[in-house]
Amino acid sequence: METKNIMIVGVGGQGSLLASKLLGHLLMGQGYDVKVSEVHGMSQRGGSVVTYVRYGDKVYSPVIDKGEAHCIVSFELLEAARWLEYLRPDGQIVTSKQQIDPMPVITGAAAYPEELVEKMRAAGAKVDALDCLALAEKAGSSKAVNLVLMGRLSHYFDFPEAVWQEAIEACVPAKFLELNKTAFQLGKNA
Amino acid sequence: MKELMLGNAAVARGLYEAGCAVISSYPGTPSTEITEEAVKYDEIYCEWAPNEKVAMEAAFGACLAGKRAFCGMKHVGLNVAADPLYTMSYTGVNAGLVIGVADDAGMHSSQNEQDSRHHAIAAKVPMLEPSDSAEALAFAKLAYDLSEEFDTPVLLKMCTRVSHSQAVVETSARVEPPVKPYEKNIAKYVMMPGNAKRRHPVVEERTRKLTAWAETAPVNRVEMGGTALGIITASTSYQYVKEVFGDSVSVLKLGMTNPLPVDLIKDFAAKVDKLAVVEELDPIIEDHCRKLGLEVRGKDVLPMVDEFSQNLVAAALGGTVHTGKALSDAIPPRPPVMCAGCPHRGLFYTLNKNKCTVLGDIGCYTLGAVAPLAAMEMTLCMGGSLSAIHGFNKALGGESEGKTVAVIGDSTFMHSGMTGLANIAYNQSNSTVIILDNSITGMTGHQQNPTTGYNIKGDPAGKIDLEALCRAMGFQRVRVVDPYDLAACDQAVKEELAAAEPSVIISRRPCALLKYVKHQPPLAVDSEKCKSCKACMKIGCPAISMKGGKAKVDNTLCVGCGVCEQLCAFGAFHSTGKEG
Repeated sequence: METKNIMIVGVGGQGSLLASKLLGHLLMGQGYDVKVSEVHGMSQRGGSVVTYVRYGDKVYSPVIDKGEAHCIVSFELLEAARWLEYLRPDGQIVTSKQQIDPMPVITGAAAYPEELVEKMRAAGAKVDALDCLALAEKAGSSKAVNLVLMGRLSHYFDFPEAVWQEAIEACVPAKFLELNKTAFQLGKNA
Repeated sequence: MKELMLGNAAVARGLYEAGCAVISSYPGTPSTEITEEAVKYDEIYCEWAPNEKVAMEAAFGACLAGKRAFCGMKHVGLNVAADPLYTMSYTGVNAGLVIGVADDAGMHSSQNEQDSRHHAIAAKVPMLEPSDSAEALAFAKLAYDLSEEFDTPVLLKMCTRVSHSQAVVETSARVEPPVKPYEKNIAKYVMMPGNAKRRHPVVEERTRKLTAWAETAPVNRVEMGGTALGIITASTSYQYVKEVFGDSVSVLKLGMTNPLPVDLIKDFAAKVDKLAVVEELDPIIEDHCRKLGLEVRGKDVLPMVDEFSQNLVAAALGGTVHTGKALSDAIPPRPPVMCAGCPHRGLFYTLNKNKCTVLGDIGCYTLGAVAPLAAMEMTLCMGGSLSAIHGFNKALGGESEGKTVAVIGDSTFMHSGMTGLANIAYNQSNSTVIILDNSITGMTGHQQNPTTGYNIKGDPAGKIDLEALCRAMGFQRVRVVDPYDLAACDQAVKEELAAAEPSVIISRRPCALLKYVKHQPPLAVDSEKCKSCKACMKIGCPAISMKGGKAKVDNTLCVGCGVCEQLCAFGAFHSTGKEG
């Protein structure tokens, strides 16, 4: 099969590493060749971060380039817009509606663009936007946004529910398992 | 067993399987996780050394004693360790010695983009370059075999995309190589001129033997496909080439990039119509091909700067370039920032307010150069601030002494700040040094260091007393301030700049991200009291923004440090009293 590309984007510190760990585990379990490329170091200090997840029969490049992503999962609205050019023409965006002002916006040097969901749709992208933060808080912690997004993402795959559940159990500490399973369901059913 | 493994974790696994017994490293992105993963294997002794030179010498000592050893570092760390490396090339090894070095093309987290292959060439030591996690594991093991067979340290060169990508690896069991008894051998291990003169020809002969090995080594492999174009490549560039061209071109994939083969390359060139080299950064393989008289494309169409990708390789060499659609709106950049509650913030605010000239160093606090704090004017290398302020003040004397400071973190001070401080004490410049002691190595992700009192496993260890150390060097004026206390910071900076002798200010508070640090309840703004003066915006805290003309605190980010509260003349900030 052709290599499939998923990008996970957000703001450093939002927890995208758990999302990529979960996807990596799930895809390995399905027998695919998998590559996951992460960002460590300086970019994690509140900067824009991106993780590339690729799977298929044989994956070469660890990164995803412009016009190649089948899906972009975004923890923050501006970040979805920033990486839009990486989406394929028929690609899907799954994004949290949360907005976090970057420093140039905080200092007044730049403005946070308005109506980004509408603008991304106008550019031809399929956009599934939801209030992940509220759903995560409903599940019990604002830190569970990653599982809300994974729940939503599961709509766009043909993997059975049990496969996702197994991946969650393998990747999440037992202490937070129930909370994360709830977050996954809330995202899935939103 | 098959598993998905980070490139750096795969190196650690390879070290483990090869029977490595001693690891001494200094953290540096993107190399850090090699050692952090290796410490999880009980069979390997691991430590963080104060710097890369010390780490490499410690690893050399362990290999001399007869056990397989390793040290890991980032590309610029190899500059620090270059001194032992170049002479270890002469002495050779006893048990195997492997040096992991991780380049950072694209400068995701580095101050320059140097190409470590130059060190391999100049030091005349072999260099292996894996292109994914499976090779990282395999090459780490191969490196020990080469090290012992050819009596040389071996460089294992990683790069950001190999270090920080997870790919599928197959693990196997550890071998326990027998300890190679240490034997006194003055002619081999004491590098004074008479002995070194006899060792240099040995090095040259070794390079000839390694070149012969490279001609047929399985790590240098030809993948014949279409013959209109032949591409010579290595490391992560190989992945981009295969991604773009698959089997439509022929590929010579080099796993060993020093020394480079001769006949293998000539034979490959003869089988294809046109030849190209795809390598990130400097044209090292390309120049080698030209020396062999081959006509080759390379840096005429590919950049010398930044990292590559599949689109970039496709555009340069005639593959399919993918494109997407961007928004027409300007998307504001999101640069990294000091975290909410970062103890460095209060100190940098003070330096900005006092219009100090700030010579800086390498760490999270380099972000003090970013607006609105914009309070750092120079950053060069590890420890550079303390040496530079001395020269700055010697050049300008009274003109600069009263307003210039050097800032350096606790780990960076241990790395190579102490010698700069010794120069200030010895050659007597009236310099003001600020040690930003956040009790951890922050930027690389919280590694212990000689001032924290804990070792790499988190167990109690020796703890160097910074105040006592500075006093022992001859500094009479050594004082400690809490960077959350703006008035105290202001007083300390003013007094020490005014003093007629050199001084050290230790700005001490643990990193707000450390697990043991207890946060205060988040603050909130009384919008009635807020006069929209934006005084609180001068500290560049990511938790504070102006909404509808009034300051607003993001309570999911705020850790209640209270620095903003001290800046507000109208008492608009107050504690929410809830645990954050």
